[in-house]
Amino acid sequence: MINILQERERQVNCGTEPFRMDCDKHSAAGSVSQRACVFCGSRVVLYPVADALHLVHGPIGCAAYTWDIRGSLSSGPELHRMSFSTDLREMDVIFGGEKRLYGALTDLIGIYRPKAAFVYSTCIVGVIGDDVAAVCKRVGAEQQIPVLAVHSEGFKGTKKDGYQAACSALGELVGTGPTRDIGPRSLNVLGDFNIAGETWAIRRYYERMGLQVVATVTGDGRVDDIRRAHGAALNVVQCSGAMTHLARAMKDKYGIPFLRVSYFGIEDMSKALYDVADHFRDAAMMERARIMVREEVTRILPEIRRLRSGLEGKRAAVYTGGAFKAFSLVRSLRTLGMKTVLAGTQTGNADDYQALRELCDDDTVLVDDTNPLELAKFIQERGVELLIGGVKERPVAYKLGVGFCDHNHERKTCLAGFEGMLNFAREVHATVTSPVWKLIRSSRRETTAAPLDQCGHDCGRCTLPMCCGAPVPPANAVI
Amino acid sequence: MSADCEAAVTPAALEVAATRNACKLCTPLGACVAFAGVEGSRTVLHGSQGCATYIRRYMISHFKEPIDIASSSFAEETTIFGGRDNLLKSLANVTRQYHPAMIGIATTCLAETIGEDPAMHLRGLPDDGLVSAPIVHVSTPSYCGSHADGYVAAVRAMVAQLAERGSPAEHVNLFAPMCSPADLRYLKEIVREFQLPHTLLPDYSETLDGTTWREYHLIPPGGTKVDDIRRTGSARASIEFTHVASASETGAAWLEEACSVPRHRLSPPIGVRKTDELFHTLESITGRCTPAPHAAERGRLLDSLVDGHKYVSGRRAAVVGDEDLVIGLAVFLAELGITPVVCGSGGSSGRLRTAVKSEIPDKAAEIAVCQASDYLEIEEEVRSRRPDLIVGSSKAYGLARKLNVPLIRVGFPIHDRIDGNRTLHFGYRGAQQLFDRIANALIESKQDSSTVGYAYM
Repeated sequence: MINILQERERQVNCGTEPFRMDCDKHSAAGSVSQRACVFCGSRVVLYPVADALHLVHGPIGCAAYTWDIRGSLSSGPELHRMSFSTDLREMDVIFGGEKRLYGALTDLIGIYRPKAAFVYSTCIVGVIGDDVAAVCKRVGAEQQIPVLAVHSEGFKGTKKDGYQAACSALGELVGTGPTRDIGPRSLNVLGDFNIAGETWAIRRYYERMGLQVVATVTGDGRVDDIRRAHGAALNVVQCSGAMTHLARAMKDKYGIPFLRVSYFGIEDMSKALYDVADHFRDAAMMERARIMVREEVTRILPEIRRLRSGLEGKRAAVYTGGAFKAFSLVRSLRTLGMKTVLAGTQTGNADDYQALRELCDDDTVLVDDTNPLELAKFIQERGVELLIGGVKERPVAYKLGVGFCDHNHERKTCLAGFEGMLNFAREVHATVTSPVWKLIRSSRRETTAAPLDQCGHDCGRCTLPMCCGAPVPPANAVI
Repeated sequence: MSADCEAAVTPAALEVAATRNACKLCTPLGACVAFAGVEGSRTVLHGSQGCATYIRRYMISHFKEPIDIASSSFAEETTIFGGRDNLLKSLANVTRQYHPAMIGIATTCLAETIGEDPAMHLRGLPDDGLVSAPIVHVSTPSYCGSHADGYVAAVRAMVAQLAERGSPAEHVNLFAPMCSPADLRYLKEIVREFQLPHTLLPDYSETLDGTTWREYHLIPPGGTKVDDIRRTGSARASIEFTHVASASETGAAWLEEACSVPRHRLSPPIGVRKTDELFHTLESITGRCTPAPHAAERGRLLDSLVDGHKYVSGRRAAVVGDEDLVIGLAVFLAELGITPVVCGSGGSSGRLRTAVKSEIPDKAAEIAVCQASDYLEIEEEVRSRRPDLIVGSSKAYGLARKLNVPLIRVGFPIHDRIDGNRTLHFGYRGAQQLFDRIANALIESKQDSSTVGYAYM
């Protein structure tokens, strides 16, 4: 029996009770939250800037766990795939880590000649009192590149605060580059991280519409592009939780309007392109968008229809970081004929959940900042046949014999855009219709640890290839 | 980082005051692996939420099993006013959700830096009977040592806080270094074949490499029973497998000191001779001969080494990973006639070089040992010494790819293959599997680079 913790009861809504979601709060101590920390939020946003140095200031863990784990591609330099750490030791903790930080920055900039450096503060930096900003300023002046302090001490809030810290650092870069060759039909792509080349696909769509893409922030990101991003006429923001801070700041400072979009699924992808064309009030651009959407959809639809026939009526659960992706996934699953019976996010706010409630069926379970046990509970209770999430959610699905689609940053498959929708459909189909589920259901035994030591005979040598040869009693739970 | 490489490393590399592509993980990860090997146990990391989440993701990607690690989830005010309330609340919440048989608490660098003392906090546990499971706490600041040290510290903490002294019984204690679930299963099989009652601590052979489930288990089945940890104090002997763990700081050392349990300190059973040492020890403890199936396994291994020796003899390898594994594999490679020209680890026991050189005296001059090193420092050595293959974790893949040599995946983490938890390193069987993989990889690279395309090698 899986219980929901009392302090989490208002973060779970089963559709039967009046809607209320007590979200946007710190994770309950002792709940195995799927969230990470402030540092993770910053690291995730800035990671794809490929020609910057990313130095993690702290003990080794934070740098080690974020070394080359994401599918963010670069069309050029790949400095972002290296892991740099000041690797603080006990003496640094006692006497302060500024000297080590200064040395590390100076050496690394000397070796790798990056276009800029981001210095991430981890938990203990916030406690031992290193003046990271001062060190950054000094090295920046000496090395003549922007050296930006990212205030991402893990305990100072949630992952969302890390997004904000990252956006503040990016904001320091914006406005420092030349904008002469930027035309009026131009935009920045914010909040796509070029997982498996997704930013490239999005860029091609916009370019086919006749738009100039100034900066992609941060997928396949380049420091010089970000520096001149203020020259663009529009910011198009995906992953709204992560990048709206930057879009807002650029609106306030440079008067650049922004649109919120999602590139996942046919509906949302098309809407993004139409909204952008609409923004520019350009009939020719809108026509090009329409033609492109028609071509792309015509290309992928036959196969999607074929795949849909094997998926019709299947039940899915969706657990994402941000809410916009959850919206898109609910719609994409509908495109595939599937029902979303559970949806949740790590970082959604009250408005997001209200929108999700309206988008989903009346009895869809909504969860905020959930944990593996709650996921397992609802997967079992609602007969889920597909879970969409990240690596941390995967074992919950697999242990229960349920298909899984990785929609997080570690994946190596492009799921955005029209081509991405086809890839998504293929992946969902491949996992949901795999014959392994039938195999494990029909022959399922719980062969837990117990029988290993006792085959039931007094032979003293039971395990398996070496057993005494007498028949082994049946395993303890044959279904 | 503070490089401790020898020979060919360029002066420029030595001066880099940062760790680049670390060849180690943080101390609490090791404690999480150790606690996962206790039946019914749950782990609470005392610190920020991210530590638990990162470690979970890292372990899940390797073991491909549910890894639920709770966090006391520090916020800014926790850091200012102390983590007592958060710790107690997390113990209560973990108990409500999981009903654990033991709770392991490992500290993070944040908790350590602000001077948190879990033992003192635990005295404040409410008297309501809710949290009744035994609690083991271990200090694992990530600015001291690496994951391998955290693992050893957690094992020691478990026996130090749970073991009970008693008159010597029949069983022995087994303490393995961080290895694969398959290694642990095999180790138990060997000892069982000797009809020797035993307690393996930790035993994550099932918890981190389980079966499919009919219903969701709150805690994966398997693991060392808490009562068996208590009984480690009355064992007739302890066998610990390590080259590098400090002789005075292991679980077996504590039992020897506090409970007078005699200790056998062996090398991890990797390769022929080191596995022979294990079997000899078991023979002398039990008075029984090596069981026939294992003797046969050894025989087949040797036979295959003869069959395949020309494919490997005189070849050169780089070995990278945890210190105990690196030493074991280097010795095994030397047994095969492969020179481990580079032995690298991020571990900082300070014993790697001495161990490798003394274990492989006839090749010592040809071996560069990089201790307390990162991948970039190891790469410098590897580039200058041109090995034919690399033996290491997935994290060595980039290096192998750059040099266009095969990577034999061993140790932790294996994130780019599906058999990390089933990779066998120990014993004759592990040596057999490793040898087959190494020989085949060398044959394959020769075959693939041949213009003829022989199908008969």
